[in-house]
Amino acid sequence: MLAIVKDLIRYNIEFAIGCVLVGVIVVFALASFFSPVDPTLIYVAIPDQPPSGQYWFGTNSRGQDMFWQLSFAFRNTLTFGLMVAVLSRIISISVGLLAGYLGGWVDRVLMFFNDIFVALPIFPILILFYFVMRSDLDMYRLAFVMACFGWPFDARLIRSVALGLRHREFTRHAVFSGMSARRIMFEEHLPYVMPIVFATAIANMIWSIGMEVTLAVLGFTNVNIPTVGTTLYWANNHSAMVVGVWWWILIPVLLIVMLFIGLFLLTVAMNEYIDPRSRLRRMGGA
Amino acid sequence: MKDYLVFVLKRLMQLAAVVFAGISAAFFITHLSPISPVETIIGRVAGQSSFSPEAIQALRETLTALFGTDLPLHEKYLNFWLRFVVGDLGPSLIAFPTPAMRLVMLALPWTVGLLVTAIVMSWIIGNMLGGLAGYYQNNRFLKAFGVVAMGVQPIPYYIVAFLLVIIFGYFWPVLPISGGFSMNVRPGFTAEFIFSVLHHAILPATSLVIVGMGVSFLGMRALVSNIVTEDYVTYAELAGVKTERVVFFYVIRNAMVPQLTGLAMALGGIFSGTIITEQVFGYPGLGSLLVRAVNGGDTTVVLAVSSMAVIAVATAIFIIDLLHPLLDPRVKVK
Repeated sequence: MLAIVKDLIRYNIEFAIGCVLVGVIVVFALASFFSPVDPTLIYVAIPDQPPSGQYWFGTNSRGQDMFWQLSFAFRNTLTFGLMVAVLSRIISISVGLLAGYLGGWVDRVLMFFNDIFVALPIFPILILFYFVMRSDLDMYRLAFVMACFGWPFDARLIRSVALGLRHREFTRHAVFSGMSARRIMFEEHLPYVMPIVFATAIANMIWSIGMEVTLAVLGFTNVNIPTVGTTLYWANNHSAMVVGVWWWILIPVLLIVMLFIGLFLLTVAMNEYIDPRSRLRRMGGA
Repeated sequence: MKDYLVFVLKRLMQLAAVVFAGISAAFFITHLSPISPVETIIGRVAGQSSFSPEAIQALRETLTALFGTDLPLHEKYLNFWLRFVVGDLGPSLIAFPTPAMRLVMLALPWTVGLLVTAIVMSWIIGNMLGGLAGYYQNNRFLKAFGVVAMGVQPIPYYIVAFLLVIIFGYFWPVLPISGGFSMNVRPGFTAEFIFSVLHHAILPATSLVIVGMGVSFLGMRALVSNIVTEDYVTYAELAGVKTERVVFFYVIRNAMVPQLTGLAMALGGIFSGTIITEQVFGYPGLGSLLVRAVNGGDTTVVLAVSSMAVIAVATAIFIIDLLHPLLDPRVKVK
């Protein structure tokens, strides 16, 4: 595991840049644990101060120090992305491995549901959830709902790999030596799909964080929890751009773009690593 | 041919299942909403002037009968489907008593006009450029374009649209950033109106093209750079087939088929896209209607818009799936 990461950093400039970008954001988010202010309070600092030595990222019209506010926002956004990624990975691994290994009617039923989930328009459905739950739709509930919709593409990918593994020699050995289906799936096949799981997990984070930002900007989540989306929501709410409080919008946008590009570079690098042909080309072996 | 018919039938069944599941889900989710349309309307009416308690009671009974709110859930569900097949979803709440379906029909042309044009345009441009970039791998311009496309791709659509609004509305105000047409133009089939509509569509369409183009560009480039190395392409080149012919009919033609799936997915994403586009650019359409309905607690309109979304998206994917085996003889329908 560590050796792979070392190799990736050495041979893959995208991976290295991605690590740095994501690393900076993660450190920034972790800083919130040492925050001197409570992010839910308003009017605790002088409003509308431009970035300065005292307020690094300025303050907003609600009298909050943007540096700590954004630090909390990124912590929540990252936690949210990780939660969706982990939960939806659990579903997609189970469905993918089951469908791929067992085949037959299990495969057909699971893939039938898979096709339905692929075709459902997710964004309107998320808005429906907001319609019913209103401000009860906090980060954790939203993460749970999104995880229920974020698995089908990756489950298909995992299934296609598992299909190929089913006819391999080692699977037959495992069956003849009396291994149960569950153990074959999770001990023999899981390691083979792990690289895909990691790559799709990051892609899934990009997707879910993007969704959260969009929903929150429109005001369709609990806007009192600081996330990157709700920060932008409040900025729009106070017409920050018109009033000239540009740092309220520009800094979060720049930081979130940094995070997205970083995560994207990581997926690109991972996908390249998974494909042995492009890996060889990169390392100059071919 | 018989295989194809079986395939169509199977896909049709799947379409029915998706539509049924999607609309049922929308029905049950919206009916969990604690907002009662009857009380909302009474509150609105009674707030404006004073009525006798008897009149209010009569109003309440009429409205309850109209919305059918006193029925148990399973009867509501059955009624909903019975009326749904004839295209009647009941009166809206935000524009009571206009039928919800009428509001949807008024908004639909805006959404479909803007979104479908933008998506098809970005798909064609992206694929053409991507095909060329895959074939002419050393072209500077196409290489630079690829880097930009890579950079834009991970940025959520909202941010791109928002940046456009800031640039063209704040720093360099040359394009209208809000609305579907100018205030002082009367809607109708006149040159002035059409020009106004097109003028207002530039920014939202551009934002959609910027985001959509990158996806098909990158996909196409990857596909083409694989196809270029195949023997039949080398053979065609050696046999002296004209380069343009090789590029468009030998390489891009073959790579087009998997890209069709991309088009289906983009069309499928229409309703996610439209809400954000219309919200950012203040464009009249289904997205704005949905947002207004959600904020106004209007169950009927929310249900009507989401049913529309489910049907449209599922149908788009269905049609493209049907085209697939017709365009690519290698795709087996069995």
